[in-house]
Amino acid sequence: MSALRLPRPGYAALSRWFLAGALAALLVADLHVASLNPWADLRRLLGGLVRPDFLSVEGWSVVYTVAFAVLGVGLGAGAGFLLAIPFARSRTVRGVCAFLRAIHELFWALLLMQVFGLSATTGILAIALPYAGICAKVYSEIIDEADLSALRVLPAGTGAVSAFLYARLPDVAASFRHYTLYRFECGMRSTLVLGFIGLPTMGFHLESAFRQGRYGEAAALLLVFYALIGSRRLWVRGATLPVLALASLLALPETVGATDVGASLVRFLTHDIVPAPLRNADVLDLAALARLWAWFRPILTDQVLPGAGQTLVLAQIALVATAIGALALFPLTARRFSGRLGRPAGRLLLVVVRSTPEYMLAYVALQLLGPSMLPAILALAIHNAGIVGFLLGRHADDLAYRADAPTGLNLYAYETVPRLYGQFLAYLLYRWEIILRESAIFGILGVATLGFYVDAAISELRLDVAAVLILATALMAIGIDALSRALRRALRIDTLPTRLSAPLPGATSP
Amino acid sequence: MAEPAIRLAGASASYGGRVVLHGVDLTIRRGERVALMGRSGAGKSTLIGLIQAHAPGEVALVPQAAALVRTLSVFHNVYMGRLDRRSILHNLRTLALPARADLDAVAAVLARVGLSEHLRSKAGALSGGQQQRVSVARALYNGRPILVGDEPVSALDRQQGGAVLAEMARTHETLVLALHDVALALEHAGRIVVLNAGRIVLDAPARDLDGAALAPFYETAA
Repeated sequence: MSALRLPRPGYAALSRWFLAGALAALLVADLHVASLNPWADLRRLLGGLVRPDFLSVEGWSVVYTVAFAVLGVGLGAGAGFLLAIPFARSRTVRGVCAFLRAIHELFWALLLMQVFGLSATTGILAIALPYAGICAKVYSEIIDEADLSALRVLPAGTGAVSAFLYARLPDVAASFRHYTLYRFECGMRSTLVLGFIGLPTMGFHLESAFRQGRYGEAAALLLVFYALIGSRRLWVRGATLPVLALASLLALPETVGATDVGASLVRFLTHDIVPAPLRNADVLDLAALARLWAWFRPILTDQVLPGAGQTLVLAQIALVATAIGALALFPLTARRFSGRLGRPAGRLLLVVVRSTPEYMLAYVALQLLGPSMLPAILALAIHNAGIVGFLLGRHADDLAYRADAPTGLNLYAYETVPRLYGQFLAYLLYRWEIILRESAIFGILGVATLGFYVDAAISELRLDVAAVLILATALMAIGIDALSRALRRALRIDTLPTRLSAPLPGATSP
Repeated sequence: MAEPAIRLAGASASYGGRVVLHGVDLTIRRGERVALMGRSGAGKSTLIGLIQAHAPGEVALVPQAAALVRTLSVFHNVYMGRLDRRSILHNLRTLALPARADLDAVAAVLARVGLSEHLRSKAGALSGGQQQRVSVARALYNGRPILVGDEPVSALDRQQGGAVLAEMARTHETLVLALHDVALALEHAGRIVVLNAGRIVLDAPARDLDGAALAPFYETAA
């Protein structure tokens, strides 16, 4: 470094900070392998995976998976569309949306379960609420990016609705459709994860199959799931949507557990999530406030702070592992590196990797390696590196190289990576918040991140404590999101694409 | 007579069904200084591409767009001219910790195009003319005997352009350059080849030509 000041200090310095942060986090992370014989377990797992047992797949679980995803994403996208209209103007709407999407669907499900029991409502709302927040934001961005030239030439006095339908919607419809379909894919993954906490989707059967070592059944479930995801363009279309929605409504499972929803909702809002010292107390009572602080302080010092610390440790290691993984994987899907035959195989690999929910990867890694942070790091890094690697591969194919460009590792190190580096950082900074939220929920699997304390509080029925912890998670996610946006602006990479669904712009100019 | 450096026979090319070169025959001998001229769209860039593809191991190329990696330093962009002649390990090391010898060698080349003070600048931060000179420096550093350039001095003024062309001629045995500046071409080339609509319409020693002789090929088509 002494001989040469690096050309764009922004990129290099930022990379070094993150690397140093991850190395520091590695020092305090618990990474030991507790399993006695991970290789034997892995062999049994792979042995089962190559012999899928399709007859054991519970048909209704497939139906429920699709139904939850269709209704959850439909409701979320619909609400998101309505929220997108005032999104740019209203600070309140933006705040509500940021809050909705800062809480992971698994946390929403844990909360909703207290009111609606293990029911379809819980599953659908757990997806719809955060998806409404994220859809509102992205739809609003799409509207902002749209070409407005047609809007300006409309005759004066054209009504707002007509103007929207004629001059705006046609331009943004394709992007909306693209993004909503992508959200549907995410929704399918979310439904799977909701099964791990008891909702009757394929995830429920996957979890028990993995736990009981029925790997043949697990493999069959996974293959059915990949087939559903892979074929989604065939069966999720404009014409099939009404049929899908109606069939999903009719197919919903019956409620297990809670019955009187109205009463439980009132109790949940006015009693359960109200901090214990304030229940039945006058809010202006100073003694009650003192008791509130006495109640809150141990939660802060014993749960929120250590949980947030571990969440950050996991997230920072996973982010850098994702970065390294993505740089290593993207050549698999880029024409210049993998060649005509290797590229489709590389793309298939990365698509399968990204279709596998990270929660499930972590669960499997946990079974193999025993409880530590290692399974969570592996799961986050594999899933996210698959996503970012796939996208970088497409950008790499878009680069215009000079006629006498080098080949192989020289091309990679001197041309491809330096040219893609801004885009690479944009994707990673964007994934940062997502990785943080995932890190928090991995606590439910036993890593001592915030989710660990949330899970414990809920199983002790201390919902007020759970609410504080979930709020802390949301604040962390919102903070990271703001920091990420500030960094992207500072590096002038905030205009580069970060949306996973967006079609790439045409060939870039050299 | 010197042996041929490049020999194209009946070279044709088309893009999307449109023929841009119609069976061009062109032989360039070692030591020749050839200027390719003609209106834009005449097929110069295509011919340059064919020449480069004909003898890639002997050609140092200055592509039409400067084609720099904007996020890397000027040093790294010029160093790229010899990536293929160094070990991968050395190249990877150079990305982070360049060797003194390489820095000096690149600095010497940059001095020839008047950019010695920009060794450590980021390529993307330079002006268009400076970027073009970095692109030329990369080809000079490459050092292969046939220097092929597609409008290598188009973003420079005539005086700077002339100096850069003289530097190219000083170290490279054979030059094949697409140029649009008639005066520069007549001054620095020994042979002028004019293309029109994908065919060679004039091929003569520069000393036999003057601006008036070349003017018809630059008039806008009626």
